[in-house]
Parts: sequence; C-alpha cells; structure tokens
Amino acid sequence: MSDRESDIRASPAVGDDGGGEVRYLSQRNLEVPTHQIVSPDGSYDEGAIPDLDDEELCDLYRWMVTDRVFSRRMVNIQRRGELGTFGSTRGQEASIIGSAFTLQPQDWLYVGRAWTPMFMRGASMRDMILFWRGIEEGQQAFARQNSQIAISIGSHLPLVAGIAWGMQLDDADAVSTAYLGDGATSTGAAHEGINLAGSLGLPALFFCQNNQYAISMPFEQQSGANTIAQKALAYGIDAIRVDGQDVLAVYDAVQSARERVKNGDPVFVESVTYRLDAHTTSDDPTRYRDDEEVQQWEENDPIERYRTFLKSEGLWSDIDHDAIVEDIEAEFDEALAAANEFEERGVAEMFAYVYDDLPPELARQLDEFEELLERRPEMYDYIEQRPKG
Amino acid sequence: MTMQATIVQAVNDALHTEMERDDRVVVFGEDVAESGGVFRATDELLEEFGTDRVVDTPLSEIAIVGGAAGMAMYGYRPVAEIQFSGFLPPAFDQLVTNASRIRWRTRGELSAPMVVRMPYGAGVRALEHHSESLEGAYGHIPGLKVAVPSTPADTKGLLTAAIRDPDPVLFMEPKRIYRSIRDEVPEGEHEVPLGEAAVRREGSELTVVAWGAMMPATLEAVEQSGVDAEVIDLRTISPMDAETIVESVKKTGRCCVVHEGPRTLGVGSEIIARINDEALMYLEAPVERVTGFDTPVPLLSMEDFYFPHPPRIVEGIERALSV
Repeated sequence: MSDRESDIRASPAVGDDGGGEVRYLSQRNLEVPTHQIVSPDGSYDEGAIPDLDDEELCDLYRWMVTDRVFSRRMVNIQRRGELGTFGSTRGQEASIIGSAFTLQPQDWLYVGRAWTPMFMRGASMRDMILFWRGIEEGQQAFARQNSQIAISIGSHLPLVAGIAWGMQLDDADAVSTAYLGDGATSTGAAHEGINLAGSLGLPALFFCQNNQYAISMPFEQQSGANTIAQKALAYGIDAIRVDGQDVLAVYDAVQSARERVKNGDPVFVESVTYRLDAHTTSDDPTRYRDDEEVQQWEENDPIERYRTFLKSEGLWSDIDHDAIVEDIEAEFDEALAAANEFEERGVAEMFAYVYDDLPPELARQLDEFEELLERRPEMYDYIEQRPKG
Repeated sequence: MTMQATIVQAVNDALHTEMERDDRVVVFGEDVAESGGVFRATDELLEEFGTDRVVDTPLSEIAIVGGAAGMAMYGYRPVAEIQFSGFLPPAFDQLVTNASRIRWRTRGELSAPMVVRMPYGAGVRALEHHSESLEGAYGHIPGLKVAVPSTPADTKGLLTAAIRDPDPVLFMEPKRIYRSIRDEVPEGEHEVPLGEAAVRREGSELTVVAWGAMMPATLEAVEQSGVDAEVIDLRTISPMDAETIVESVKKTGRCCVVHEGPRTLGVGSEIIARINDEALMYLEAPVERVTGFDTPVPLLSMEDFYFPHPPRIVEGIERALSV
C-alpha cells in the first residue's frame, strides 16, 4: 500500500465557505506541462540531454529507422497480398523507441500500436510477420519475452496491473508496462486497471501514445479532457506529458517513470504523437482527416528532428544511414524468407492450447474432423490454409 | 417496388428508412458518422440526418450499450453499433444487468427499446476477436431478443422490426456474406416480424435448420446431397420459433441443425431440446448437429478450417438419414 494521505477519515470534514463562492475543481485551472528536450527547430539545452553514451544515442537512431523501414515493408507486402492486414507505426517512432529503450529484460510489456519493442526484447521480424499473417506462433514468440500484443483495445490494462501485483508480492526488480492509445483511455477496462494500480501501489507503467486518432475519431472528440495525462490524477497516480516526436524527451520521461514505478508508484505517461498512415491497411483516412493536417505532422518528423540533434552533437558522422537501412532491409528479407518457410499445419493445431489437457469432447471433435478431412477431400475446395498471408 | 442490394446495403437502407420515419431513431457507435462505419453500413447517414442523430462515440462499448439503454428508457430509439461482435463482451454486463431487465425491474413503467447491431462470424481474414459467433450466449439472456438475418430483404425487414420493437434487440449481421449476396429488397418501409422462422425450401426427407452466414453453405449442401430436405432459416434466435421447426420435424421425422458457433451449449442444443419436448415420438433418428468447434476461432491462416463448410453439412444430413 502507498502511504498517501487522505482526509476521508477526518471527522468532521475540514472545509470553509469559500467566501460565499462555490468552488469548482476544473481542468481550466490545471497546468499540464509537456516535457521536451529537442525542440522542433532542433535546438536544445545541453544540460537537459539524458545520460546516454554515444553508442546508445546511435542505437536510438537505428531502432527508429528499424521501426520506419519495418512499417514500410509490411505495408508493401500487405499490398502484394502477403499479409492479412497491418497497422503502420510511421510517425510514432520516437514515442515507441524512446519508451521501449528504457525497459529491462525482466520487465513485462503489453503493447498496443508498437511492434519494434518486441524486436528490442529479442523477438524477430519473422515472428511479427507470422503474427500479422494470423499464425498463432507469433504471439507465442512474444510471450517468451514476457510480451504480448493486445487486440481488444484497453482489455490489457487490468492484466498489466495483475502482473504488477505479482511483481509486488515477489518484491521483483521489474515493472509491468502497458502501451495503450488515446482510444483505449475511454474503455472501462483501462480505468479499472489504472485504478487498481493506484489503489494497491503496484509497479505498473502506463505508456499512452496519444496518436490523435482512434480509427476515425480525433482525440478532441474522444474525451472532454484537455489532456490524457490529467486523467491519471483521478486515480491518485502521477503523470508525465511528453512530446512524442522527441525521442530524447520520451526516453527521459519514461526512464524517470520507470524508476518510480519500480518502487511501487505507478506512473502514467502521455506521449503526444501522430499516426501518419492509416489505422490499418483496411482503413481509408482521407474520409476523416485532411491532407493539410497530415502534411503538418509529416513536417514534424521524429527521425528528422533526432538527426538534427545527432548532427549538432557531432555524432552524425559516426552513422552510416544508408548502411543502416540496407542492414534492416536485409534483416526483413531474411525474416520474410523465414516466415515463408512456415509450413502448413494440421488441424490438431486448432485444438492445441485451448486447455492444458484436451477434454474428451474436444478430443472427439478433433478425431471426427481429421477423419472427415481424409474421407472428404472436397473440404479443401472450401479451405485455404494461408501461412504465407 | 424492389431494388437490388447486398446485406450491408440493406442495413443502410433500413437505417435510412426508419430514421426518416421516426425522428426518435438515433444511430451511434465507433466510426459510424464521419467515416460511415468500417463496413460502410452507416454510410451517408450523417449527411442526411445530421450530427444530433448520427454520432461517433468514444471507444467505449460499455458506454455505447449502456448509453443506448438509458436513451431508450428516456424515450428515444437508439440503434447502436458495436464495430465487431468480438468487442461486445465488455458490454455484456450492460445487456445482462440493465438493458434486458429494465421492463421487468420497473414492472413495465420503463423499457429499453434499443437495437445493438454488430457484424459477427468468421471469414473476413481479420485479427483476433473479429470472428466470433456467440449468439448462443446472447440468446441465453432473458429479456433480450436476438436476430440473425441471412438475406438482404430479411436484413432490412428484421432490422426494421428490431428498431420498432418495444424491447431490446441484439441484431447480429453475418459479415461473411455482407457483400457476397445481392438480391431483391423491397423499397420503402419493409418489416419482417421477429420470432418467425422462414422455410427456405420445402421438403419431405429431413429438416435442416440454420441461420445467418450458415444459410448459403446449408442450401449448397442440400443441393449437393440431392436430398429432399426442408430448410428452415431460424432468423430469430430468441424468442425462438420452435413451432415451425417442430411442425417440419413432425412431417420429416429427421433433423440436422447447422450453426457456426461452438457446439457445446450452442443454440443447436436448445433446438434439439424443443424437438424432444414436442416431437420426440415423430423422430426416426437422433437429431444431428454440424457446428463450429469448441475452440476459439483460429487466427486467419487457419480460419477456413473452423467454418462448417458444405461437405461437413452433407455428412450431417447423411448421418441424420442413415438410421
């Protein structure tokens, strides 16, 4: 339990008449600062740079480029019919990489729109391709890194709180992290998960990428709140609002948050960013937002801003951008080839893992189905197994 | 007068027609207004009826369903959309705890005449939670009606009836066949009563019962089997038109039930119980079931295996005829 103070037990309640005025608690009186280190024009205060060595600073760049190249390649292969669908992360690279760069292997991570953190934790691009091809082994690979992708928006926050609860009981040197989007903050599950973390003082870190859109809905319509960060206060937990296009600021914010979270003070971070591409490849954003707005955010490119910083620091000469891209493209090519090696599976796969031990009725259904497929090969006129998307 | 329309166009047409007829009808849900719905079921409604009656809501299934119940209690006729049926579960609480029992709780002083529309079922190659058929679970809720159309005309007619119904209706749209069938749909107002099954094909050798996305596969299987089957489209899961099924079984003496949802505690179980209640002595063979498996729907690479395709239905028909 946290040692927070509450006046709820004070009897009678301490109050005053406000000099005849009824006083409101209002977000109008709330100042929510936005943490930023490198401003959009590339200027920064040397003293504010987080404590990262040159190699780490270059790593941040490489991961951001990885994220961008991966999204581009995935959208391309989806268009060629090699994936079911895909949600691009273009525009959110600073937000995604700056935050994930703070996580330790013993931390748990449940993400919304953020794929590269899985690679940073040891899963492969192949695993991610399998995931988007609707092959269950994708999530299995992420689970080996104590990571998962949440599809049902907001549903993962109570899970993340529960994992944090276990860490608390274990006195573990780890944090449980949920990535969520602006839309997820409207779900009941999100409220309940964050509230539980605040109530029990759990080592849970909530990283909200406010990318401005939940499919077609802009954030201004998602909530009456001016910011998402302020919502954390209602659960009695501290929040940080950060410029999600500034990778150093995101890193700095989440690194600071992680330190606090580890000690049982949950933190909510709102990272203000923008989804430059469609929600998924099935979505047509021209129906709900105009080019001018998108263009503005194209010009607020997180990778460009970081490049300006690296140049100012004299680190750009250490970076061979073309070679990095070439490496990532090669990694993707290999991952795609490896994913294409994934063999068609037998129908027993459908029944595997539903329970630890297959109940008799399920075993019967499986046997019957296997026999039927042998007896009636015409079933395959209706069935296409699609391990290659 | 009729027009040619797909199922998703029939949804859109019913919404247009009912919104024109009754200005208490309000449509809301995620992405339904500005972008016209992810399947375009609510396309052009915003332009025609304006921002008061066609509303994009926050990403909040609980608020969408619970809000619809409250708005209905107050006197409006909300038609709420849940984007995919896999996202209804958080709002299950609002259906069970509130919407379905407002009339009962208030001894008829209040009611919740609302519709929750949602695409259900497998077959569109989407991610997890986009493929479920849980009509059995929803049909289990007292006070809630559950309708599942299978043709464009019925889609319009049943949705119209659902909007006009004095009680809450869960309207499950077979997205697998959203656009694959184009058929005649009456223009203007068109109502098909809830709680009445339709005989799609008359026959004497056995009765086959199906609904929603299973209807085309079932009719195809009957065609392939060459059996003189009577095919019943259940259309409404709850309240169930057991009479049509029972009368047919009394005539044929044999029955096969086909559904996409999981087998155990599925709607098929209830249908068999009703047949046992009313027509046991007419049965010449056990009633067969062809259903989805008792597993989650596989992700898209193996999704096709889950659906009860015609050869499985043919086998079910043959089993029902073999005794």
